[in-house]
Formats: sequence, structure tokens, C-alpha cells
Amino acid sequence: MALALWELVSRLGPWPRVLLPGPIAVAKSFGHLAADGKLGAAALRSLARLGIGYGVSACIGIPLGVIVARVPAVHDALRPVITGLQALPSICWLPLALLWFGLSDAAILFVVVMGSVLAIAIATEDAVQSLPPQYALVAGTLGIKGARLYWGVVLPGALPGIVTGLKLGWSFAWRALMAGELLFVAGGLGQLLTNGRELLDVPQVMAVMLAIVLIGVAIDRLVFRTIELKVRQRWGLLRSA
Amino acid sequence: MLRRLFARLRPKRLAAAPRYRGEAKIAISHVRHSYDKVVALKNVSLDVHPGEFVCLLGPSGCGKSTLLYALAGHVTPKSGKITIDGKPVVGPDPQRLLMFQEAGLFPWLTVKQNLTFALRTKPLTRAQCETRALEFLRQVNLAGFEDALPHQLSGGMRMRVSLARALAMDPAVLLMDEPFGPLDAETRDKMHQLLQRIWVGTGKTVVFVTHDIREALVLGDRVVVMAGRPGRILNDVEITQPRPRDPDDEALVQRSREIRRALRKAEAATQPQGAPERTGEDEHEATASPGPAVGPPPGGAGALGARL
Repeated sequence: MALALWELVSRLGPWPRVLLPGPIAVAKSFGHLAADGKLGAAALRSLARLGIGYGVSACIGIPLGVIVARVPAVHDALRPVITGLQALPSICWLPLALLWFGLSDAAILFVVVMGSVLAIAIATEDAVQSLPPQYALVAGTLGIKGARLYWGVVLPGALPGIVTGLKLGWSFAWRALMAGELLFVAGGLGQLLTNGRELLDVPQVMAVMLAIVLIGVAIDRLVFRTIELKVRQRWGLLRSA
Repeated sequence: MLRRLFARLRPKRLAAAPRYRGEAKIAISHVRHSYDKVVALKNVSLDVHPGEFVCLLGPSGCGKSTLLYALAGHVTPKSGKITIDGKPVVGPDPQRLLMFQEAGLFPWLTVKQNLTFALRTKPLTRAQCETRALEFLRQVNLAGFEDALPHQLSGGMRMRVSLARALAMDPAVLLMDEPFGPLDAETRDKMHQLLQRIWVGTGKTVVFVTHDIREALVLGDRVVVMAGRPGRILNDVEITQPRPRDPDDEALVQRSREIRRALRKAEAATQPQGAPERTGEDEHEATASPGPAVGPPPGGAGALGARL
């Protein structure tokens, strides 16, 4: 229905068709890009970057969140900084990244990490802070302490919250990556998008946008929804397991 | 020595001659604790002997839980001394295991994993932990539920897992804070039967906090009646009825009447110095027959079956 309306507006509307192609043109362009492997290569390139950047984020964000939650001195020192920086749109890190790392993959990775690490850290901190005090009492009376307390009680207890944070962090990372790739040419979906603009190939621009949306939704649905559901089921957080 | 002397002098100790002699397992002497202005415990002294099942009974706010948490090491009293096996209590320790109102299970672990996770703090191999966990789950009639998750169990079953975990940890002293409080009456009765049966086998020293007179009388060797404002010991009643006990046993009903009267009197008295009522005269026990155990058979696995 929406597609039909779109096609109709594109054909009959007052705008030139070059600037507002219909869904058929976009789908054709999508097919072209997919067929000659451009889209796949660009998507792979972007996802590889995302994988690295996001991995680094998770590896820093989760421990950071736990430490901020558990060590009062660190909490007092870092909590305001983290919340403050979280208000900064991730693309604002790009100029700094370019100065520090030059026009390189490292600069983009930096932007991706800065875009998602804080969200993950904050969600982790929140999850750890809101652990039922019961766990601490039980662990104390059972003599569970040290590394076993963290690996066996604190992290699993906070896991549902951490997974939510990871999901949020992922969508931030994806956005940051696209913004970064758009602003300077380095391969990936963002570049393909810029390419389309430069060639005035509006169907290509829209096709790439479509691809970005599809990848985003697919990972959110397939990966994070599934993990979240599994965790919540196991933890007994769903009404009917 | 001095502590003994004080213990003798306390009038409530006239109530019943202590059945257990020799060294006290838990010695509480002149413990005082307060939260801000509220005196939670005022000069509380109590000896618990090895293998004794002592119930701390009293209305809410009488300091019974504070006393228990002090025994567990979660609360450090403002003054006084608490020793267990002669050693002063400092901080929580699995040797003084505390059981809570909630089962306190880790929801992401299966029933068996909840036990083995706790047991791994002991110098046991993985296989030993496993066998021990299974053995204690069988004791609480939960064989077959090893791989269930806590949220798939009923409240009573969760409590049995908690009990199995506590017993498997083999603490010197088991401290229980109204562990059956949230259960419905029928499940609670079953838990009482189960606990009596298991406890008789282990001979563990237990301190059990409750506000339920019936529960205290069914379970305890001694019922230490406490009153609040300030928290203090009112009475120390010895219960000699054989186990398993029937809560409707006439002697127990009589006892519960006396205790209720004492509690009411304490509440009515504005001055806490009112003479504590003497209870526990032996004539009740002498005249009343122990009464047959009418409750469900202690080993009835069917009666304690699954409610998923």
C-alpha cells in the first residue's frame, strides 16, 4: 500500500523523477548493486569494522560499568563524566579522531567505540547497581567472594540488563559507523551512499539506505531479540516460560 | 565464669532446668544494639548448646532478627560479646549459615547448580560436589528436579532447595530467619515435618527466628520468647515433646496460651522492667500425653510433590 503510494507520487508528483525515483527503480538498483557484488563487499567491509569496534566497546564497556558500580571512588569520579559524554553525539568525536589517528580505519573505529562504549557501560552499571541486595547476603553467608562473586553472581545477575545495554550499544555503534563512513571515504556502505550522491544516482542512494535499514533490523531481530529472550526466559523474567 | 554466674541470676532461667550441660556452642552475653534511637537489643544474654534447636520468638520489632544477623556476622552489635565455639563472631562465615525468608537461590542456575556453586567454596572436587548436591536434594524430596530452574518451582520447593543447600554446606550453626514465613499454612506444615525429620538426623545447632508461636513450639527444643522496645528476652521455655510434633498437641496448645499471655503482658507494660512471667512448669508436660503424630507422614514424597 505504502509502496504503491510511493510509486504513484514518484510518477505523478511535481518532483523530478531523478530526485524521487519509485520503489521499482530502487529495487532495480538494489538488485544491480547486489548482483555485481558492490553491495555485499561494502556491507562486509562495514560489518567487519563494526565487529571490531563493537567488540572493543563491549570489552571495555562491561568491565568499566562493573567497576563504576562496585568501587565508590571510581563511581564518584567517573559517573558524571560518563553521563556527560553520553550526551555528545558520537559523530562529534570524528574531528578529534582524525587529528589523533589521521584518515584511517582507526579513526572510524574510535568513533564507533566512543559511540557505543558509554551506553554499554551505563547499562552495565545500572544493572549491577540494581542487583537485589539478597544476592550479596546469600553470597556472603555461603562464603562466595572474590572472582567467584563477580563471575558467578554479579555478572550473571546483571546479565539481562547488560544484554539490553549491548543491544542499545549496537544500534549506537551502527549509527556512528554510518555517520563516520559518510564523512570520509574509506569503503563500506557509507561510501557507497556518498558515491550515489556524487553520481546523482538517487536510486542507488535509496537502495543503500534500504540495505542499512535491513542489516540493522536483521541483527536487532535475529541476534539481540533472540539472546534477550533466551536470557529472560532462563532468568525467569518472563511471565510464561 | 562471670557469664555463667549472670546467666544463673537471670530470673527467666528459673523456668526450666537446662537439659544440655557442658560448653555452650553459641554464647551471647550482654549484647546491646541500637538503630539510631531505637534500642533493638538491650542486654541480651543467651547460651545455645551443641545440637540444640532454639527458636527466637517474638513480635516484629523485638530484635530477634537483629540478634540472628548478629550471630551471622551481618550486624555488629554496639556492645557485648558473641562467641561460637569460643571464637568471637566477626563478619559472615559459611560456618554460620544464614537462611532467609526468601529462598535466595540464583535464578540463572538450575536447582543442582545452585547447590554445586555453593559447594565449590569447599575443598571438594567437582564430582564430590555433584554427589553431595544430589544426596541433599534427595533428602528434601527433590530428586527429579535437579535440572529445573528456580522460577519453575513453587515457593515451598524453592525453600526446600534452599534448605538442601544450607545443609549440604554443613555449617557448624544453621541460622534461619523466618524461612517459612511467606509459605501457605499447609506447605509450612509440611516444611516443619521435613525439617524435624532431617534435623533429628543431623544434630545441627539451629537458631530459628519466627513470630509464629505454633511454629516455634513444633520445631524448638527451646523457645526463647522476646519482647520489643527495648528488645529483650522475656522467657526461655524448654519443649520436651517427642518429635515429630503435632501442633494440635494439647501440651503445646497450653504452652502457646502461656506464651501469648506473657507477650501480651509485656506489651501492655509500659515499663520493660515488669516481672517476666514464669512459664514452663513441668506439670503440663507431665500430665499431657505427647500425643500421636497426626500430621502427614514425614517421608511422604507424594505429599510434597511437584506444583509446577
